[in-house]
Amino acid sequence: MVQIPKWQIFAIIGVLVLGIYYAMPNVFKEQTLDNFPEWVASDQINLGLDLQGGSYLLLEVDLEGVQSEQLSNLIEGFRTSLRAERIGYENLRVEDGAATFDLKDRSDEMSSRVRAMIFQNNPGLLITTDNGTINAAYSEQAVQQRKISVLNQSIEVIRRRVDETGTKEISLQRQGENRIVLQAPGEEDPERLKALIGPTAKLNFQLVNQNADPYSGKAPVGSQILLSQDLQANGQPQRYVINKRIMVKGENLTDAQATFQDGQPVISFTFNTTGAKRFADATQKNVNRPFAIVLDGKVISAPVIRSPILTGTGIISGNFTTQSAEELALLLRAGALPADISFEEERTVGAGLGEDSVTAGKYASIIGLVLVLIFMGLAYGLFGIMANFALVANLVLIVAVLSLFQATLTLPGIAGIVLTIGMAVDANVLIFERIREEIRNGRGPVMAVDAGYKRAIATILDSNITTLIAAVLLFQFGTGPIKGFAVTLTIGIITSMFTAIMFTRLLIVVWLRRKRPQSLGI
Amino acid sequence: MALIKKLPVNPKIDFMGKRKLFMAFSVLLIVLSVVMVATRGLNLGIDFRGGVLIEVKTTEPADLNALRSRMSSLNIGEISLQEFGAPDEVLINIQKQEGGEKKQMEAIQLVKAELGSDVAEYRRVEFVGPKVGAELKKDGALATIFALLGIAFYIWFRFEWQFSVAALLALTHDVITTIGFFAITQYEFNLASLAAILTVAGYSINDTVVIFDRVRDELRRYKKMEVIDILNMAVNKTLSRTILTSVTTLLALVALFVFGGEVLRGLSLALIWGVGIGTYSSIALAVPLLFAADVRSPVPEEEENGEGSENGQEA
Repeated sequence: MVQIPKWQIFAIIGVLVLGIYYAMPNVFKEQTLDNFPEWVASDQINLGLDLQGGSYLLLEVDLEGVQSEQLSNLIEGFRTSLRAERIGYENLRVEDGAATFDLKDRSDEMSSRVRAMIFQNNPGLLITTDNGTINAAYSEQAVQQRKISVLNQSIEVIRRRVDETGTKEISLQRQGENRIVLQAPGEEDPERLKALIGPTAKLNFQLVNQNADPYSGKAPVGSQILLSQDLQANGQPQRYVINKRIMVKGENLTDAQATFQDGQPVISFTFNTTGAKRFADATQKNVNRPFAIVLDGKVISAPVIRSPILTGTGIISGNFTTQSAEELALLLRAGALPADISFEEERTVGAGLGEDSVTAGKYASIIGLVLVLIFMGLAYGLFGIMANFALVANLVLIVAVLSLFQATLTLPGIAGIVLTIGMAVDANVLIFERIREEIRNGRGPVMAVDAGYKRAIATILDSNITTLIAAVLLFQFGTGPIKGFAVTLTIGIITSMFTAIMFTRLLIVVWLRRKRPQSLGI
Repeated sequence: MALIKKLPVNPKIDFMGKRKLFMAFSVLLIVLSVVMVATRGLNLGIDFRGGVLIEVKTTEPADLNALRSRMSSLNIGEISLQEFGAPDEVLINIQKQEGGEKKQMEAIQLVKAELGSDVAEYRRVEFVGPKVGAELKKDGALATIFALLGIAFYIWFRFEWQFSVAALLALTHDVITTIGFFAITQYEFNLASLAAILTVAGYSINDTVVIFDRVRDELRRYKKMEVIDILNMAVNKTLSRTILTSVTTLLALVALFVFGGEVLRGLSLALIWGVGIGTYSSIALAVPLLFAADVRSPVPEEEENGEGSENGQEA
């Protein structure tokens, strides 16, 4: 142990030099860093939202809603094709995640005919027949894939919406099966952001059924009662009976812009070719009848078709303000979310608190460090000073690793660093106490150091690995800021093993060789 | 001038002789913790129970009573206010509102409107939905259990089963009493508290392993000595290290407690408590448990020497 091979010396010094190199950018101001040549390390520690201020939102995507919608679409499809083929059926329903119905003609021939028909329309379905009962479900794999694609699509749509506003660096990440984490540094009022990403923004153009009374309670078959988005003078929303059949969907829009018509904010839109054709057909057939512009199940407005609209462009008027018109235009441009989303968690930290936390964290770290340095110096004299060098080196390495890997430093993360300052000297204490024992057992300085290191190392490894287990599990199960605590604790444990074992050993060995002391002084 | 030399060189404190006293004390602590959690309960933060938390800086030192009555006129259920570190900083805890996330947001808006120009700065606004709260609770419990089992498994792998059982029991003691600490002090129990618990477990096992390591060494070295003496010797020989490391860790934690700001106060206090309890349990609980678990019998080299020495008649 007292003999250190040359390559190890170089390796130890190399690691420390690299550590200083990568930790260095944190000393400079950002403006200064910008002037550095590009190849110089310039990454500073990445501060978490709780330290720099900003908003954290946890979104949940309603995947189950998507699935049940998919199944009810399937059922509607069956209904249409069974009717078209004039095949008798009953009990068409969704059951246990599958679409099921009973054939009136329960013969095997009929079953296989229907089966073939369904298969032709929906090749992805798993179809089973049992004595005239047909059961069709999506395979587990298809459901899974659908979920993933809905989640990815949602992220994409949200990103488009957010990007359009030119909001600063916002990060979106999948979490688990049905969640998205949105982090917006510097955002202190997330309400605007939520108004932007919250609405599904599913826009449909549907005809109004004028033959039914919207106040009669129940809508006729093939239509439904929808409420207006704006309230009437009496404080109640207006009721409309709307045909379920959709004339044109919002996904056929190519553009939407906020503009003014007669001094009122409105939204002008443009359809793509398919949309334009459908819109032209529908308006041609229904002149002088009203149609409804339905957004997320609410009627924005229901204008009467004065003449066929063949240009594929139009105007949505409603009770808009300039801002709400602009917001809606943006939502329409960015497209609808494939599923409804809800906000499950929200944390906003003001920049003031973040700054205060950083300052407090710095103070706590420096004071904690100084206290430990003084204590170690007093307790172990020269050896304590060597351990102190290792402790400072350890801090430098923690900062370097955090900067290099761009791990996020959170407030609990700072607590982790302070805790590491206190615990990092443990390895040295273990070694020094072993050395002291060896001296008491009558060994000379060199032999005592040698034996002390040898004996202490297994203990150090065992005790640190057990602590690591706790830290890793904390990382695995923790969220947000707590993950930051696990990160610094883990980094601290690993770097402290290196500095306390390798670096102090180097210092001690150099000292032993140079001075050849008669006693170690501890 | 290393002060370490002033420590008694070879302490001979009879820790094992007081093991019944320690055991009784620990059982008492555990019972107290369980009773406190059961009767008084934990002051769950919004991380676990869901709800809304707002931290504000007021323009003038806040009159909490006046604020309280103004808040209660909003009719959004129970609202608790407390001073947070300074007279012009207030922490507002709003009960979870019936209904979805929209209702919570409405409550926030109501409070913000009521506070109006009294507030200079919104320091924090947090909302945790009930679903997430329940998940965080479950994940936290799982993390703790897995951490304890993972540690126990590692010890079993590196030592013998007796060490593993003793460590697991001692750790469980630390976890329960640290939770008890939160029940007694009524400090908010949140995600940071969970981090504190796992860190306490990590620190405590660190301490325990150092002593266990020495116990194993001495068991191999002194085959004829009575187990109880070996255990005492191992604790005494590692005592200076135990004290020094506790002191440095406590120094750092006290700095964190005093200077680390209000948000970290609960976390650092729990860690200070935990370092104390972890150090205590390593010496006063884990080692006596080793004795209770009859640690000598399975040490492999021992079997070849015959079982006579187990009871130490020959020592």
